[in-house]
Amino acid sequence: MSDETSPETAESFQPRIVAFFCNWCTYTASDLAGVSRMVYPPNTRVIRIMCSGRLDPQFVLSAFRQGADGVLIGGCHPGDCHYQEGNYKCLRRIELLKSLLDQMGIEPDRLRLEWISASEGDVLRDVTHDMVAKIKELGPLHLEPVPQPDAQPAMAGDEGA
Amino acid sequence: MIATDESRIGVYVCHCGTNIAGVVNVEELAAFARELPGVVLAKEYKYMCSDPGQEMIKRDIAEQGLNRVVVTACSPLLHEKTFRHAAEEAGLNPFLVQMANIREHVAWVTSDADLATAKAKAQLAAAVRRVSGHESLDRQFVNITPRVLIVGGGIAGIHAALTIANAGKEVILVEREPTIGGHMAMFDKTFPTLDCAACILTPKMTTVKDHPNIKMLTHSEVDEVSGSVGNLKVKVRRHARFIDEEKCVGCMQCIDACVFKKPKFPNEFDQGLALRKPVYMPFPQAVPPVPIVDPETCLLLSVGKCKQTCVEACGDREAFDFDQQDQIEEHEVGVVIVATGFQGFDPTPMLQYGYGKYDNVYAALEVERLLNAAGPTEGKVLLRDGSTPKRVGIVHCIGSRDKNHHEYCSRVCCMYSLKLAHLVRDKTGAEVYNFYIDIRTPGKGFEEFYERVQREGVNFIRGKVGEVRRASGDNGEQSQELVVTVDDTLRDEIREIPLDMLILAQALEPRDNSNDVRRMFNMSCSTEGFFLEKHPKLAPVNTVNDGVLLAGACQSPKDIPDTVAQAGAAAGEALALIDCGRVELEPNTAFVDEELCSGCKTCLGLCPYNAISREEEKNVAVIDGALCKGCGTCVAGCPSGAIIQHLFTDEQIYDEIEGIMHYV
Repeated sequence: MSDETSPETAESFQPRIVAFFCNWCTYTASDLAGVSRMVYPPNTRVIRIMCSGRLDPQFVLSAFRQGADGVLIGGCHPGDCHYQEGNYKCLRRIELLKSLLDQMGIEPDRLRLEWISASEGDVLRDVTHDMVAKIKELGPLHLEPVPQPDAQPAMAGDEGA
Repeated sequence: MIATDESRIGVYVCHCGTNIAGVVNVEELAAFARELPGVVLAKEYKYMCSDPGQEMIKRDIAEQGLNRVVVTACSPLLHEKTFRHAAEEAGLNPFLVQMANIREHVAWVTSDADLATAKAKAQLAAAVRRVSGHESLDRQFVNITPRVLIVGGGIAGIHAALTIANAGKEVILVEREPTIGGHMAMFDKTFPTLDCAACILTPKMTTVKDHPNIKMLTHSEVDEVSGSVGNLKVKVRRHARFIDEEKCVGCMQCIDACVFKKPKFPNEFDQGLALRKPVYMPFPQAVPPVPIVDPETCLLLSVGKCKQTCVEACGDREAFDFDQQDQIEEHEVGVVIVATGFQGFDPTPMLQYGYGKYDNVYAALEVERLLNAAGPTEGKVLLRDGSTPKRVGIVHCIGSRDKNHHEYCSRVCCMYSLKLAHLVRDKTGAEVYNFYIDIRTPGKGFEEFYERVQREGVNFIRGKVGEVRRASGDNGEQSQELVVTVDDTLRDEIREIPLDMLILAQALEPRDNSNDVRRMFNMSCSTEGFFLEKHPKLAPVNTVNDGVLLAGACQSPKDIPDTVAQAGAAAGEALALIDCGRVELEPNTAFVDEELCSGCKTCLGLCPYNAISREEEKNVAVIDGALCKGCGTCVAGCPSGAIIQHLFTDEQIYDEIEGIMHYV
């Protein structure tokens, strides 16, 4: 509906980054960055999940398929997971997924997993800066044309609907 | 999902004064919302969380027949409950409300108004698309065990315990040291009123011991916490004291009778300034008034051979039990108050101050003990050689406001330094110098006390002490006299001031084991390592873990009045939870769709709470809703897509992705 973030020309390329943040650590860190008025690039779009362990790798693929240039996942530091070990599960899945992305022709660097605790608003800011810069270097993600979004995506449709 | 014909979504864009509206174009955002599928109205208002804001939502639900609500405002962690409650009051299921966070995540972190508005639109579109697929859910409650565990028996734990116990509720008070009392018991006087710490604390300590509703477990630590909100099982390790608390009458004859005729080992409570025997009382007014045997230094326990004159002295009271082992006690509690306090910063690494190198450089806590009438010098301020100091310096901000150590201000050091200045001058008539960066006295009667200490003739020098060295003696021999070099920023000159005694006003810092405690109770820490409150203003004693509360200096450095106030608040919160009788569970638990489950058992190993089991007959997984804490790890791991998490279904998350990617 709006063209202002459309990634057309190289100079004006504004990467679109879908961010999945766990409720207890990184989402809270993101709130803290806000409360602390830390300015960072407005390229991330945050989706809150309770735990990084909830992150189904298909969410990442779905985001890329729909035009995301990068996906950022934020969880609690190892040993600090609110649910004991969901972040380890996430780590395993993301490592696997990265090797798969490579085969799909998506640079693995477009997917980033970071441990950011509730007190690390500054880390969230720095990671966002860094990721936006790196994705700008990589340029827009070009995939084969995809079906229109309103035709229910196949992978999403599979999920117990 | 994309809204169906039945969807009647109301979107509310909050200005949050100028917090949001100052950056995000709220009119444009509302106009954008009106075009989204399923949205029947979109309004913007100055403060959605205010009474008129909430009333607007309620009225629209009733009059416009809204069946979904999206509030585009601050973080859901702040006001999700508020708007769910408003919807519920208007007869709409509270879980048909979704928030989009455009304050913390957009307006406050974006400088460009157009880009901020674009980001806000994406987050709003995601929320609208997501809420279309929300389903009504029932609120879930569990009964709460009406008993409170308090971890830490300092003034915070003591005050909270007494408040709760006086209200008729049971308390388990666990203290790691052999006595309750904490740091406050070490002090002689308290600022700014100079009340005697013992006179106001020891009666409370005794009351704790005798209170029928308080079970006091000293020399004990919490080993393990399990269970869920409102119903926790706690394992407490009672370290062996080698003296039976029930049988001991506190006569202390065993201490006199010990084969060590003279005290030989540093007494921890006296900061090592006084000596104790292997069997000892930390201080005379300790509660419980029961000695303790140190297994490291007791001859019988360390080398296995001793005449056991202590046992002889105890006689037919038979309180000694050298075979005693650590005991594990299990307790069931509904609420926990963490009141584990602080530790004093160790100035040793700051080599320029010579702590640990020069005899007469002291940490403030050591001087508190020297000043205490029950301390190593019976309240006299004496140097290590027994003489009285004539010139005493106090250096502020040791480890505080220091990028190399702790950036924060420890908040109490100015006041306790003023107190020490007053007491030292009062007792010795010494010339006292305070070396400060800024003097901070924001408290009732604090500034008045500062003025009083100035009137009493204490010297104040504004500047950091750069170095402490030993003065050279008359005949080239080493002198005990110290010389400090200080940059006097008011006189704009470097000064050298000879001193007999130097006191380092050490910072208050989180305890070494605070990370273990944090993990045990599933809390968070702030950057500096103090336990993190749920909200700094609106929920200062709560943590992200419902039913776990905070009191005292474990949350941030604070003085005794603030600690007691916070302990009272934590006790009030605990009583409110218990009186309510039940706690609400997070609704975002997972369940299995039996039709889709293939019985592969992948999920069983993923659950950290053993909430998933396999039903043999049907060959399907079953999730116990009472044990499930709603992380969703099994949902992501199920190869059949058979596990669904309330409020975080796959569809809802795909909806958010699609909302983000396709409407902006």
